[in-house]
Amino acid sequence: MAALQIRVNRAEHAVDVSSDTPLLWVLRDTLGLTGTKYGCGVALCGACTVHLDGEPVRSCVTPVGAIGAKHVTTIEGLSPDSSHPVQKAWVAEEVAQCGYCQSGQIMSAAALLAKTGAPSDADIDAAMAGNLCRCGTYQRIRRAIHRAAARAGGGR
Amino acid sequence: MRAGPRLSRRTFLTAGVAAGAGLAIGFCPGGDTLAAAAPSTEPFAPNPWIRITPDNVVTIIVDKSDMGQGVLTSMPMLIAEELEADWSAIRVEQAPAGPEYVNPVTKRQVTGGSRSVRNSWELFRKAGAAAREMLVEAAAGEWGVPPEECRAENSTIVHLPTGRRLTYGQLTDRAARLPVPQNPPLKSPKDFKLIGKRLARLETPPKVDGSAVYGLDVKTPGALVAVVARCPVFGGTPRTVDPTRAKAVSGVRHVVAIDSGVAVVADAFWPAKLGRDALDIVWDEGPTAAVSSESIARAFEAAGAQPGVVARDEGDVLAALGGAARTLEAVYTVPYEAHATMEPMNCTAWVRADGCDLWVGTQAQGFNQQTAAKLTGLAPESVKVHTTLLGGGFGRRFEQDFVAEAVQISKAVGAPVKLVWTREDDMQHDFYRPTTWNRLTAGLDPSGALVAWTHRLVGHSIAARALPAIVKNGLDPSSIEGAYNIPYTIPNVRVDWVQKETGVPVGFWRSVGSSQNAFVTECFLDEVAAASGRDPYELRRTLLTKAPRHAAVLELAATRAGWGAPLPRGRGRGIAVHESFGSVVAEVAEVAVEDGRVRVDRVVCVVECGTVVNPDTVEAQMEGAIVYGLTATLKSEITIAGGRVVQSNFHDFPLLRIDEAPRVEVYVLPSAEPPGGVGEPGTPPIAPAVANAIFAATGTRIRKLPIGPADLRG
Ligand code: FES
Ligand code: FES
Repeated sequence: MAALQIRVNRAEHAVDVSSDTPLLWVLRDTLGLTGTKYGCGVALCGACTVHLDGEPVRSCVTPVGAIGAKHVTTIEGLSPDSSHPVQKAWVAEEVAQCGYCQSGQIMSAAALLAKTGAPSDADIDAAMAGNLCRCGTYQRIRRAIHRAAARAGGGR
Repeated sequence: MRAGPRLSRRTFLTAGVAAGAGLAIGFCPGGDTLAAAAPSTEPFAPNPWIRITPDNVVTIIVDKSDMGQGVLTSMPMLIAEELEADWSAIRVEQAPAGPEYVNPVTKRQVTGGSRSVRNSWELFRKAGAAAREMLVEAAAGEWGVPPEECRAENSTIVHLPTGRRLTYGQLTDRAARLPVPQNPPLKSPKDFKLIGKRLARLETPPKVDGSAVYGLDVKTPGALVAVVARCPVFGGTPRTVDPTRAKAVSGVRHVVAIDSGVAVVADAFWPAKLGRDALDIVWDEGPTAAVSSESIARAFEAAGAQPGVVARDEGDVLAALGGAARTLEAVYTVPYEAHATMEPMNCTAWVRADGCDLWVGTQAQGFNQQTAAKLTGLAPESVKVHTTLLGGGFGRRFEQDFVAEAVQISKAVGAPVKLVWTREDDMQHDFYRPTTWNRLTAGLDPSGALVAWTHRLVGHSIAARALPAIVKNGLDPSSIEGAYNIPYTIPNVRVDWVQKETGVPVGFWRSVGSSQNAFVTECFLDEVAAASGRDPYELRRTLLTKAPRHAAVLELAATRAGWGAPLPRGRGRGIAVHESFGSVVAEVAEVAVEDGRVRVDRVVCVVECGTVVNPDTVEAQMEGAIVYGLTATLKSEITIAGGRVVQSNFHDFPLLRIDEAPRVEVYVLPSAEPPGGVGEPGTPPIAPAVANAIFAATGTRIRKLPIGPADLRG
């Protein structure tokens, strides 16, 4: 099989996998980017959320051959030093319990805030309802999104 | 002057996993520029939990696993408090498996039963205090002064009269030569600097940048990935296996038979999964194929007609019921539940002729060691357990099935193997929270007072399989906890239990027996209140005169929730109180019932859990435990058809979502008693609080879970 070119976290990679392999497993097994998590494999939990040209997508159901020249951003590429407002808010609110769902939560929240500077609770519900957290950190996720919006100068 | 400590990012959690080190988190040592006395060369490790190196880094070794409950911070707080260690320069490591980490209370190296802080409260503080005393004595010896003139603070010893200082790192050689004091003095709680403080969790930063390493993230050079086909019917075995199509998948290396089924081993997860799905297997389904949720319900109901093993018998219930002015009777049932940790089960094993390494998110390192030793013939001490972070535990990672599979596969293929369960595997091959059937009766005297209470439980025994040592006199405490020990003053009480197995494997699920028994007992008490025309809160208060902890949390919960204030039509409040794992929790749920749907808007939670180590962690655990309980209350159950689990993923086992999550307010009652558990006690009261709130809103009694639209029609 011919190697595919993909762009992940501002770097080019040639990956030697069949084009129907889900992006999730290319990130994790081929590129070693294990921050993106496997939770369900069928777009039901959000743990595998990454950005494709800034849009949140479920990498477990995105064939690697379908992304073409689009840029993939994973949790590792969100900021070089955990300085993204969402990451800072997540630390400040002590959101994480086991933490396993949180890469996906953070990627969904970052995508929401990129579009909606000062999201309402209803905006948060709509954007985040596909990200499950078995540890039940939802209340803190909501608080952290509001905090990140305020710090990032939302509500202009 | 002392340089400030620098936070090290992305270093410790990933470093050295393959090389054999376990998980570690923390801070890099600061460039410490204190004038050097005789420089130390050797580490000082007076016990298995503390290692101080000449660079003045205090490493605390935690023998409990992090599954979100914050033990990598709360346990080090206990040691650092007594050790007077500089918290900003603490380093935390995960302990290996070994006899030195067997807890003296439980006699096991496990994480569960909300016991981590509880059972190490003395042990860890004494470990820190012993090290502190030795460092003081070492410094006094160095200076030739009496130890009473020296004080430990911030990882240094100060000579008070002269202001001279030596860091712990400078004293390691001298301290290591001293005898370890057996009963060092412990600090008075009024002098606590860390315990009781809202400290940031040390393990949080790697959980927001993708660098945290869970079992699925372990990178072992040369490791293959395995996915296993298991018989969908519990207890079934393969009759014929044709691996041809599986082996044709590019990247598949081996197909091997193991005890639980057939493993496909490949270069990566995706080919392993494609290969597993391409296996042609004819299963011999065995006798469990005839079992269904309906057959189980019938068998349990029939078993309930027979008396069980008596768990509590006080007064004379038969006479009291015979003489009662009024009696009530009700049957309550609860279903099987899956743990559904967000990270599916997995384990990396590397079996060699001379040893075995396991990299695993586990709640039971000691049992893992035994499991691997038994399967390989190696000595237990030749099995190294490297504990990773756990993507949720809730009791599931106490089990050994996934460890046994990984060991068998690695042994068969002669290479390191990462075993990965898909979500479907995880949902359909769990050890489920047991289903139970309960019949309760209550007798009221002419004044409406509750004079008799009987409760017959029919259900599985978890401990008979998983922890036989705790079964006493034919009673499994994990089945009856929270039912035989209801806190109410009732003159005649009888509780008995009938064990009934079904072929469906059951296991410890967050709050175990209390997860069902709080629902059953607290809802039936609500029925008593309604039948006797009493307010549910007031009735509880009058029956709790001998249970002051329960009364205290109940009263504060009622006050904070505005108990008794009028609500619009279709809304209601419900209250419940329950003790489990050494802590008492009361919850008031406020619900709205509209168009056959329940929405839980607000939950007030009051917990009394003895001395609080980290208040933020206690609050977080209550918030999470309530959401966990709400999924079982409102959303999901495991049902059985043809001896197999019907549900397979989050479409038919949905978890509570952010748009359904209530506002939760947590209040922690102060207490000077030793710590109680916090991981589990928040779960039991939520189901009865919600069910009782639905009754308040609609007049409909809920006697089974989960609560669906049909149950709301009355
Ligand atoms: S793993 Fe992709 S949505 Fe669950
Ligand atoms: S923090 Fe554990 S699943 Fe969300």
